[in-house]
Amino acid sequence: MRAAVAALVLVLVSLLPLAALAQGDPQVSAAQIVENNRAQIEKPSRQTIGPVISALAASGDPQAVDILTAWANRGLGLRKSDGAFVLMTETADGYALRLLDGTDAGTAARADITELRPNSGVRGVIANALVQFQLTDPDRARRASALTTIARDPAPELLEPLRASLEAETDPALRAQKDRLNRLLTLRFDPDPAARIAAIDSFSGDLGLDLRAALNPLLATTRRAAPQGTALEGNIARELDPGSDLTETEAYDLLVAANLAPARLTPAELKAALVANIVDGAVAGIPLAELNTQAARNRAYTALEVAGLVPIAATDEEVTQSVAAHRFFETYAEADASVTAAASSVLSGIEIKLGTMQMADLTLDALSLASIYFLAAIGLAITFGVMRVINMAHGEFIMMGAYTGYVVQLFIPNYTLSLVVALPLAFLVTFAAGVAMERLVIRHLYKRPLETLLATFGISIALQQLAKNIFGTQARPLTSPAWLDGALTFNDIVSISYIRVAIFVLALLFLMFFLWLMKRTRLGLEVRAVTQNPSMAASMGINPDRINMLTFGLGSGIAGIAGIAIGLFAKVTSELGNDYIVQSFMTVVVGGVGNIWGTLAGALMIGTLQKGIEWFNPSNTLAAQTYMILFIILFIQFRPRGIIALKGRAAGD
Amino acid sequence: MTRTFLARNPSVLIFLLILSLFTLGVTVLSEAYGIAFLSTSFIKTLGKTLCLCLAALAMDLIWGYAGILSLGHMAFFALGGYMIGMWLMYARTEGIVITALSNEALPATAQEIQNGIAAQIFGVVGASELPGVWLFAHSLPLQLALVVLVPGLLALAFGWLAFRSRVTGVYLSILTQAMTLALALYLFQNDSGLRGNNGLSGLQNIPGLDGVSQDRISVWFLWASAFALGMGYLLVAWVVSGKFGSVIRAIRDDEARVRFLGYSVEGYKLFVFTLTAIIAAIAGALYYPQAGIINPAELAPIASIYLAVWVAIGGRGRLYGAVIGAALVSLLSSWFTGGRAPSINLGFYTINWVDWWLILLGLSFVAVTLFAPKGIGGLFDLLQGLRSPDRKGAPLGPDDGALLEKEAKE
Repeated sequence: MRAAVAALVLVLVSLLPLAALAQGDPQVSAAQIVENNRAQIEKPSRQTIGPVISALAASGDPQAVDILTAWANRGLGLRKSDGAFVLMTETADGYALRLLDGTDAGTAARADITELRPNSGVRGVIANALVQFQLTDPDRARRASALTTIARDPAPELLEPLRASLEAETDPALRAQKDRLNRLLTLRFDPDPAARIAAIDSFSGDLGLDLRAALNPLLATTRRAAPQGTALEGNIARELDPGSDLTETEAYDLLVAANLAPARLTPAELKAALVANIVDGAVAGIPLAELNTQAARNRAYTALEVAGLVPIAATDEEVTQSVAAHRFFETYAEADASVTAAASSVLSGIEIKLGTMQMADLTLDALSLASIYFLAAIGLAITFGVMRVINMAHGEFIMMGAYTGYVVQLFIPNYTLSLVVALPLAFLVTFAAGVAMERLVIRHLYKRPLETLLATFGISIALQQLAKNIFGTQARPLTSPAWLDGALTFNDIVSISYIRVAIFVLALLFLMFFLWLMKRTRLGLEVRAVTQNPSMAASMGINPDRINMLTFGLGSGIAGIAGIAIGLFAKVTSELGNDYIVQSFMTVVVGGVGNIWGTLAGALMIGTLQKGIEWFNPSNTLAAQTYMILFIILFIQFRPRGIIALKGRAAGD
Repeated sequence: MTRTFLARNPSVLIFLLILSLFTLGVTVLSEAYGIAFLSTSFIKTLGKTLCLCLAALAMDLIWGYAGILSLGHMAFFALGGYMIGMWLMYARTEGIVITALSNEALPATAQEIQNGIAAQIFGVVGASELPGVWLFAHSLPLQLALVVLVPGLLALAFGWLAFRSRVTGVYLSILTQAMTLALALYLFQNDSGLRGNNGLSGLQNIPGLDGVSQDRISVWFLWASAFALGMGYLLVAWVVSGKFGSVIRAIRDDEARVRFLGYSVEGYKLFVFTLTAIIAAIAGALYYPQAGIINPAELAPIASIYLAVWVAIGGRGRLYGAVIGAALVSLLSSWFTGGRAPSINLGFYTINWVDWWLILLGLSFVAVTLFAPKGIGGLFDLLQGLRSPDRKGAPLGPDDGALLEKEAKE
């Protein structure tokens, strides 16, 4: 007994200086505080160190900041010779030391010092204490980093220092940031509800992620249960109706959790209870062999209950009864109803605006996907749409373009320059490949379109394997120049990366190029003539062989450029083309063969569909693709010739 | 019309004879029933090849005879495999679970067994309940019925939609390819109820045959596959021999003309499409127990294109051509990619066939399409001294690479 009293007295005595210090006694220096709390500081724990750190922070001693900073950065140590606290700066062969009051204390070897290594929890507490000093630090960068710390880890005690530093802030950007943080902290931590509501209302229409992060905890709810007929306590969000809002099982689990009803027996517990009561190969007179249904097991348990051998467990009827005898409701974690009302009204305003913004973002995504499909398909629109040649190796031309870009980057380290070189080079390489393929293979198969499919498929797998043999199976990077990094950001929700913008622009350029080529040039005229009627075109002096060759080369060349665009955001592998070939064909077929506007419409439809379906179930892009393809199969039923179908003689067959 | 079916089609008899001799020969050379010359894994390869031949036969009927280049028949093949795989996996897991539960003090309830099976099968995709598609997995007869019904109904629905709106030629090929891709992507999902990209595995262990060694089972499956191939050959030969065969060949050569003659082109096409889908599914149901594992990668559109390529290399529009093409290319493929083919040292570069086989294969498609549209089957015409009719350059039909030898005789 005496020992206990002595211990109590000891504890009280040790707390005394703290109690005095907490009031900000200016007489006591920071060094003194550290010394007084030696044991705590040497072996700090997150739970108990708080008062010491607050005392240090509140001491008003300018050295306190240094000490805290050093402590957090593992710059505080104990000199082994006399046990004094020292501030250490690392030097080449040990530490340069200063005493806690800032006076120089010479140097020491590494072995002479015991470093204090507070754990990350303690360092967090120290960092929070330091924030108030950093907020008024003359260095702008320090102030900015303090604000980041507050935004990342808001705490009630930060509100006061933040407010205090608000008026003195001279930098307008930081001032605005401080003001916003102040309001965010106010709405969460201010003791005065009116101030909180005012802070909440001041955010009306704001979309910031930080605001939603601050409001959501206010509106977090917990489910609770109370006996029928009693008044519900707490800030009620809504009352729940068992059966519609929550299942009977959930409702009963709530009752069990609130000790309002006995636990229900799980099948495993029931089984364990039965096993524990096996007597002579039977449970409560029922032979073991018969206990192979749940009903029989229930009967056995009831028999055991009657015999008093097992605790009474709730049966299904009892569960229903006790659920009916209780009310279920959700309460807000926040006790003040006016605050939650204000928060939910602001939040619902945000939701609406958020929905609109998400729609806008989705539209951007869909547009970007559509432009990728368009780029991949435009070459096909020429070879398949205009010439009716199925080129299964189209995907491999895309891959060839991407690899060309990769190889060019190996030789030209400047990414912008290499891109400028790679684009025409990719066109040339795939143009040549296309022309070679047309001359050697496809020319002989114009009358047999299905066999072009086979022959070009053969070329496709050969090219794929060739790429694998040359470049290996691992993905090769095609790095975009620095000015394409980052994203065009409208606000927290609506943003699009510059690469995608570039691809969109590229797609537009190609659309215009294609239109110009087909409608405004001699070549385009001849291509259209040969497509419609080769023999008539030939008798007009057009060489169909040459035109076919050029058209095919053109389509392949565009695939090469598309390959660079696609390679910029996807990894370059030998299977790159595989991922796009079916979608590209679908784009052309859905859009309507032989019409560039059709291809555009097809790409838009496929892109929008895929993104739209993804929106319903964002975690599952595979499902989105599945349903997109199913939709297209159905769509083809109703418009077999595509969205924009050629009519009349131009339609050919 | 007085001559019997077999007399009019001597190739059927020859084929069946060769097939039975082959089966007999393999049996004699097998480990289980003969002199142990062939390893069990090679017998499995042969059995699988027979199944692929059956699928190629279906492909030949739909493409070589009816002119529909379907790029979806490997999807039906894999679906058949999935259907039988579900029973194999369920029944085997059931056995394991019952053994595990029998050690407990109380006899297991049906629900406990069910839960145990579900946890075993679906633990890998993080689920613990049997999805609805496994409703019939406990019963072999029902699941066998599904082998035929699921691909058959899918083909029926898809074909009805496609043929009704007169999607033909290249468009139909692309549409079937899209269907295959959609199915593959669907099965790749973990919540498709068929274990996502893990697929179904352990299919080589036949429930109820625990005491029988794989040596024997592999030969049994070879017999079954050979029997199925023989029956399939008879069936397809019979289908294409009569008036029905003439109509579908006519559809291949000029669809519009057949329609104007009053035939229901869509009906014929739909029948052939569904029939071939079912044949492919049966082939798949025999293939995957020998392969042991099935996953959605088997449905990739490329697999169906390979099927078409086998038929093209063997020779379209002749049944033995399809069988020869499938057997030759798939056996060569496994020989080359298995690393058993000797490398060729060119001095400055060594051609390693594992890397170069696909290139050789791809280029030989091109060569076959360009120079030998009749494929390997064309050699038989050469042997018999048959020549294609010389029409002075005018095409015989839209698909002039695909002639029957009988037509060529006239």
